[in-house]
Amino acid sequence: MNFDVRITKTLNAPGRRFELDVSFSASARWCVIHGPSGAGKSLLLQAIAGLVQPERGRILLGERVLFDAAAGIVVPTRDRRLGYLFQDYALFPHLNVRQNIAFGLRRGALNPKRGDDSPAVQRWLAAFELEAVAGQRPHQLSGGQRQRVALARALVNDPAALLLDEPFAALDPELRSRMRDELQSLLERVGVPMLLITHDAEDVARFGQMHLRVEDGRIVP
Amino acid sequence: MGVAWPALALSLKVALWASAIDLLLGIGLGLLLARRRFPGRELLDAILTLPMVLPPTVLGYYLLVLLGRRGWLGAWLLEHFDVSLIFTWQGAVVAASVVSLPLVLRSARAAFEDVNPQLEAAARVLGLGEWSVFLRVTLPLAWRGVLAGLLLAFARALGEFGATLMVAGSVPGKTQTLSIAVYEAVQSGQDDLAWRMVAIISVTCIGILVAARRLALAGAR
Repeated sequence: MNFDVRITKTLNAPGRRFELDVSFSASARWCVIHGPSGAGKSLLLQAIAGLVQPERGRILLGERVLFDAAAGIVVPTRDRRLGYLFQDYALFPHLNVRQNIAFGLRRGALNPKRGDDSPAVQRWLAAFELEAVAGQRPHQLSGGQRQRVALARALVNDPAALLLDEPFAALDPELRSRMRDELQSLLERVGVPMLLITHDAEDVARFGQMHLRVEDGRIVP
Repeated sequence: MGVAWPALALSLKVALWASAIDLLLGIGLGLLLARRRFPGRELLDAILTLPMVLPPTVLGYYLLVLLGRRGWLGAWLLEHFDVSLIFTWQGAVVAASVVSLPLVLRSARAAFEDVNPQLEAAARVLGLGEWSVFLRVTLPLAWRGVLAGLLLAFARALGEFGATLMVAGSVPGKTQTLSIAVYEAVQSGQDDLAWRMVAIISVTCIGILVAARRLALAGAR
């Protein structure tokens, strides 16, 4: 797996202008993009997922073109087949754990049933030891369980790659190191390629088979 | 007593139709105002809220000008569909829905603004199209607010008097709603009849308000 990214995206807010202008190729299975907050890391991840659209450049995932401004190609977010782990997990509060995990398995107008027992859901519930809380809503879960649900939800569709947005930033230090261990072992088991963004040097040491540093919208050597 | 029940039935029919129209308009316009930035957004909000603060007679006059035989909408309806809304129960529906729309619209807008856009982004990443995102994430998270507003709008439509009287008149059994029948009963000295109808409508409205408050509280949790 290989991300090949070369994009420019400008944000204009009153009194502030920010330009993200990056070009890199992530060849390792795990790649970490590291930089201070406000450097444009989240924007970069959102552009790869198709949640924001760059003005120029292109984004390749392996052989697949996800975005090419010159050729007018913009693959919609829903067709990019990426897993995205949001900073606060963005679990659906109105659905239980089972429904959250099954969410991406159905495309229509209806949410999965409360008792959804698709084989894929059962498999991830078992793999991440979530069977005991399968019927609970996200607000009833511990931080670690939430992270596992979010990860299972992202993985259930067999994504081509996983994007992780500051997965430990919101946690206190003790929980952070425990969750880091847990995420590492889960990721080693599933073997899916990933791109992680963080401002924490410890994440670089742990997950950065390859790492890049971003400052003020630019890649720095 | 012969007047009370047909009047109540008509009031309920008018209020139900008006609520159905307000539900669709309230969701559509509420979503528009909550999510899209366009020139004149707050002006549109103000115009749509106007029926809440304008004297009902002024509103009724506007509707007469608009829907009357020489009004531009009324003339068009007459010419193309041979339909005139003035002095019909459908005219009462139009008056009631315009008067009560702000109640649905305001709470729908607030409810949609409360939905975390990241949850919608998460649904897109998981492969959903825009309609599915709306039906499976946005609407389920906002529906309590929408429903609370809808109940208030229903109660308001049930009690609508001024604009309805001007647009639909007071034809017993045809356009004479309960609130208008109360007025007529008092005017003609039928105090017993008036008292019974007042009791009926008061009990109905209290029930609706209690239900709306419960929904609003449950939604805030």
